[in-house]
Amino acid sequence: MEKIPILRMGDYLLVTIQVDMHDRLAMALQDDLTKRISETSAHGVLIDISSLEMVDSFIGRMLSNIAGMSRVLDAETVVVGMQPAVAITLVELGLSLPGIRTALNVDAGMELLRSSMNGI
Amino acid sequence: MAVVSKNDAANVAEILRSHQNSILEEWLKAMTGATRRSDLMKESELRSQASRFLKLISDATETAGYDTHAPAWSATKEMLNEISSSRAQQGFTPSETATFVFSLKRPLFDRVRAAYAGDPQALTAALWSTTELVDGLGLYTFEMFIKTREEVIRRQQEDMLELSTPVVKLWDGVLALPLIGTLDSARTQVVMESLLQSIVDTNSKIAIIDITGVPTVDTITAQHLLKTVTAARLMGAECIISGVRPQIAQTIVHLGINLLDVTTKATLADAFLLSLKKMGITFSREKRDDQKTDQK
Repeated sequence: MEKIPILRMGDYLLVTIQVDMHDRLAMALQDDLTKRISETSAHGVLIDISSLEMVDSFIGRMLSNIAGMSRVLDAETVVVGMQPAVAITLVELGLSLPGIRTALNVDAGMELLRSSMNGI
Repeated sequence: MAVVSKNDAANVAEILRSHQNSILEEWLKAMTGATRRSDLMKESELRSQASRFLKLISDATETAGYDTHAPAWSATKEMLNEISSSRAQQGFTPSETATFVFSLKRPLFDRVRAAYAGDPQALTAALWSTTELVDGLGLYTFEMFIKTREEVIRRQQEDMLELSTPVVKLWDGVLALPLIGTLDSARTQVVMESLLQSIVDTNSKIAIIDITGVPTVDTITAQHLLKTVTAARLMGAECIISGVRPQIAQTIVHLGINLLDVTTKATLADAFLLSLKKMGITFSREKRDDQKTDQK
């Protein structure tokens, strides 16, 4: 079964979604990610969705859920590289993902994570 | 009834064929008298069009009678289509275009009258069906004319959509979108897409939407604006709305639209200053020597 890799980069976890998400993959990612956060006691999660071309309400909710779970586990989530079409779809679906921080690209996302770590 | 009309049709086809040249001459004369536009069209071109058209009608009447929906008439219709669309583009008025067909009536009726000289009843019937035929063709021309014009309008509307949404780069990482005119759903969609695409292309962190040129804001417009702001935020960019006029500010509050999560500024300059501040850029006025000497 295909799996979405979760890379560790110092204090942060890096997730790059490069395949089309389907529901089971999303659930697996949720499981894996929460496990990895507690194992590594990471303080930040960066999810790169720049190759994601399509979303539905389930994936949107999953992103929102992951952010919520990470926050409970004391890790901040930043979603980076959302495509315009994806953003429009999510807004039309009424999912404005209020709890999630966003950035234009991985660089900007890392910077955002670092600055929020420094603030603590 | 159908048989009679078929006979009439055959007779008219016969008339059209045998008197083709004289009908053509009279028709051209009638057109010249009524509404000839020698500035837009050459005499010879009109003549060749007219004679081709006469030939097509006589052929079609012969094979299919007056039933203009029959396949035999398709060549005629195609030609009318061509004529009216080319004239619509050349700048003929609708009545000038329709006159092309309607001015055929007089020469044609003259011939029909001569053919049925001894039989008033048959003449009336023949005239009636001929009128119907010519009117039908005339109306068809008119319809085609309008269709072409509508096509032009539709294309212009599309052009306007494209033209009316320029995304301007103000600074490295700061985009501005000056909106002018009323925002409807179709336009907002284009605005939204082009703004978000430019954010990706230029890697901009801040986008300023300037609504100085938007005359009114209603709930739908506000909703569209909010959607754009949210979508930009999801992509990791921040939106500032500027150019909110006093009247629009009042409307927004009266309508109960929640713009609390959105940064709004009165002018584009303020918004620009804010975005520079957010990026950590500061300005200071340079003290110049010549200014000092001027003041002295």
